[in-house]
Amino acid sequence: MSVLTSTAAERRPARIDFSRPILYGFAAILIVLIVLPLSWLLLYSVTDRAGSLTVENFIRLFSESAFLDPLITTFIIATSSSFLCCAVAAPMGWLVARTDLPMSHVIRALVTASFVTPPFLGAIAWELLAAPNSGLLNKIYRVVTGAPQDEHLFNIYSLTGIIFVISCYTFPYVFVLVANALDRTPGELEDASSILGGKRWYTARRITIPLVLPALIAGALIAFLQAMTLFGSPAILALPAGFHTMTTKIWSLFQYPPKPELAAAASLPLLVLTIILLRAEHMILGRRGYSVVGGKYGTPRLIPLGRGRWPAFALCILVLLNPVFLPYAALLNAAFAPVASHFLTFSTFTLHNIEFVLFELSATKLALRNTVILGTATATIGLLIALVIAYVTARKAVTGHRLLGFLATAPVAIPGIVLGVGLFLSYTRPPFVLYGTLWILLIAFLTISLPSAYQQLQAAFRNIHPELEDASRILGATRLQSLRQITAPLLRTSVIATWCFIFVGVMRELSAAIILFTSETKVISVLIYDLNESGDLGAISVIGIAMLLITFAVVIMVNRIPGFGVTSVRLRT
Amino acid sequence: MRKITLSRRDVLKGTSALAAGAAFSTHVMAAAPPASAITPALVEAAQKEGKVIWYTSVDLPLAEKVAKAFEAKFPGIAVRVERTGAERVFQRIGQEYASNIHAVDVANSSDAAHFIVWKKEGLLLPYVPEDVAQFYPAEHKDPDGHFASFRVWVCIIAYNTNLVKAADAPKSFADLLDPKWMGKIVKAHPSYSGTIMTATYQMQRDLGWGYFEKLALQKIMQVQSSADPPKRLALGERSVMADGNEYNIFQIKEKDGSVEPVYATEGSPLIVGPTGMFKAAPNPNAAKLFCNYSFTPECQQLIVDVGGLRSMHPRTKEKAGRKPWKDIKTMKDDPVAVEKMSEEIKTRYSKIFRV
Repeated sequence: MSVLTSTAAERRPARIDFSRPILYGFAAILIVLIVLPLSWLLLYSVTDRAGSLTVENFIRLFSESAFLDPLITTFIIATSSSFLCCAVAAPMGWLVARTDLPMSHVIRALVTASFVTPPFLGAIAWELLAAPNSGLLNKIYRVVTGAPQDEHLFNIYSLTGIIFVISCYTFPYVFVLVANALDRTPGELEDASSILGGKRWYTARRITIPLVLPALIAGALIAFLQAMTLFGSPAILALPAGFHTMTTKIWSLFQYPPKPELAAAASLPLLVLTIILLRAEHMILGRRGYSVVGGKYGTPRLIPLGRGRWPAFALCILVLLNPVFLPYAALLNAAFAPVASHFLTFSTFTLHNIEFVLFELSATKLALRNTVILGTATATIGLLIALVIAYVTARKAVTGHRLLGFLATAPVAIPGIVLGVGLFLSYTRPPFVLYGTLWILLIAFLTISLPSAYQQLQAAFRNIHPELEDASRILGATRLQSLRQITAPLLRTSVIATWCFIFVGVMRELSAAIILFTSETKVISVLIYDLNESGDLGAISVIGIAMLLITFAVVIMVNRIPGFGVTSVRLRT
Repeated sequence: MRKITLSRRDVLKGTSALAAGAAFSTHVMAAAPPASAITPALVEAAQKEGKVIWYTSVDLPLAEKVAKAFEAKFPGIAVRVERTGAERVFQRIGQEYASNIHAVDVANSSDAAHFIVWKKEGLLLPYVPEDVAQFYPAEHKDPDGHFASFRVWVCIIAYNTNLVKAADAPKSFADLLDPKWMGKIVKAHPSYSGTIMTATYQMQRDLGWGYFEKLALQKIMQVQSSADPPKRLALGERSVMADGNEYNIFQIKEKDGSVEPVYATEGSPLIVGPTGMFKAAPNPNAAKLFCNYSFTPECQQLIVDVGGLRSMHPRTKEKAGRKPWKDIKTMKDDPVAVEKMSEEIKTRYSKIFRV
């Protein structure tokens, strides 16, 4: 069944002349984007205030409980979230991809919805739902059971609460990877097993699960990384409970009096761990190719669930209540209720919050403008960079293309808050004083979105077999002509999709922006965070709903493009 | 260089105006510039600039109301409110100035110590609005004319009236240490809020750090802004707040009666929120106009009536139903000491409360 990927056509030598300048140009851009902030980070972590070399920062980091506790907490949160995500997402991915689950496209759409919901907004919505006393769910619980006022079912301000909320918005990563892998698993392999006498479970155990396992492990690692590097949710839920995670600790080191050298030192463990885990992911996923690449195979056999169809569907919806239905309902309730924790009734319905956000809040317009400018600019520039690099690497058009590919993927290893710290250190001093301008945010967002944009486009290029371009070339077209007439139309959907998802990713980015913004360069996510600190939940709900509406408009636009669905989405926080 | 010439010119202007307007004010401080009124020329110059950037730590809805009132009175000048906790305001301005970004026109902080620092660093422009010169008591204005008390209030205890009966409510800070309040207290943070920074200074001075160490055992809910504990009470999330703004409590109490203030028997920490403008203000005329407006009886009455704040302007009236200012037992404020101790307070606090 398996066929080798590389063909002779892909290995042909480069023929274009301007390839070398392009390579060097783009390599230089990427090196500045990535290496500059990381160098400053490293330098700061090993110097003291006076600028002389020291390991004092690291000694403090690994000896003081003020740093060790958050490190341990972060590890617990990341590990538990990762397990929880896998436990929920793997069965769901299987149900959606390999069974005759009813309305599986609805489930996929809802997973996309949880995917694009900013995690910090989800965390605030869950405050409204499950704060021990004022949470709507706890209120319902007390009304139903008649429990006394000080009893509660859920307490979101707790370690378990944080793990739960983080998992709500991280499980889609695992789901997408698992569902993707299952979508791609050739049905013939399972057929062969059945024909040779394998029972259903035997086939699952010996064929399906081994084929999906790498994707699941990769998903677990990605979930771990997400949970580890998230800033918004722990800042919103852990601080009220009285503990720090690494990201909130790093951020607190930036508060007055700022201690950038400690912040830099505290960033490094996150960076190192991320790199190690991504190497591990690469090693595991790198072996995947043996079974599923190339060849023509039938669509996977759908397993009939029989009487379990609707219960299975109900189970999926039950899971999706948590990231989607309940939080959205809580935000809607808070947006129109006079007090965010009161249930909305016809008599209490108020437009006060909407009026406040639209007509009184003077930061709304500026933040919205900045977000749109940054989203558009990042999506456009990021797309162009990713497109060129993806083309060069996919067609192996230039010697040294591997380096470009590596550089374009490298930012994956830099957590947003670490990048924020690095960029802050790099661009607050001459010769590049970009702090206080939108440029520094643009650089941050570009760096953050480049890896996923590159991966999506590279996959798209790989799907277009070079023989089409070759045919065009043989018939007399130049390379640029064949690119324009053959490749570009075939790529159109992927290009639009990539643009949209960079845009959506910028809208929900908080962890780098929280370090880099100034009053003039505030973005929506930071505005929401600011409002959360002063407890203006009604205003947050209105802005959050507006943000979700914009996001959904973009996502729906993408999904209307034929041939593009949730499965090729990959976003970062 | 530029800074020096500016201030010299101001001093020159000051002395000549002092001679001219001696009849206007009887005791202008030697170093302070003369009082400035809102003149048509100033309004016109401000309108040319078209906007003013106000960094403040006052609760956001109130800040926006002040902004809207100003915009209504002086059409064509948009106020952009940059609102965050006073300690964040201080950090942002510091970080921006360190990067040579001069975005702030006017600042209002709930940590009066910040103005001592800014004045020492020579960042503030001496500017004395007419009302300040004429009406404000000496202890509520800088002798050199850099700032004056825009707002005054106390940091208090309060409780949710649906969750706590008046008879059971705490009467003092010591009462909050009763085990019955375990898990029921909400409290704001001195690394974010200037109110809480100031209050923490006064309380550790008068009650000792031991009080906070015991309070930390009560499993408090730690929020950031001093405007947040009153809001958490209104939500019903916690029964009692250990600290927070008196003015937010007034706002909520007068809206739906769900909260009730408590003035601790030990005395309530006194908070003073000065306003001043920056030398490098990008919109200097609008900044002057806004500063000036801030201290008018009109604006002061607005922050009293709508905001629940206290005004040091003798022409304002207190609102009925609120405890009269003179009847409140306050702790003594000491911004100079807060300035010296702020880093220690933050470190010590985060050690005790773990965040």
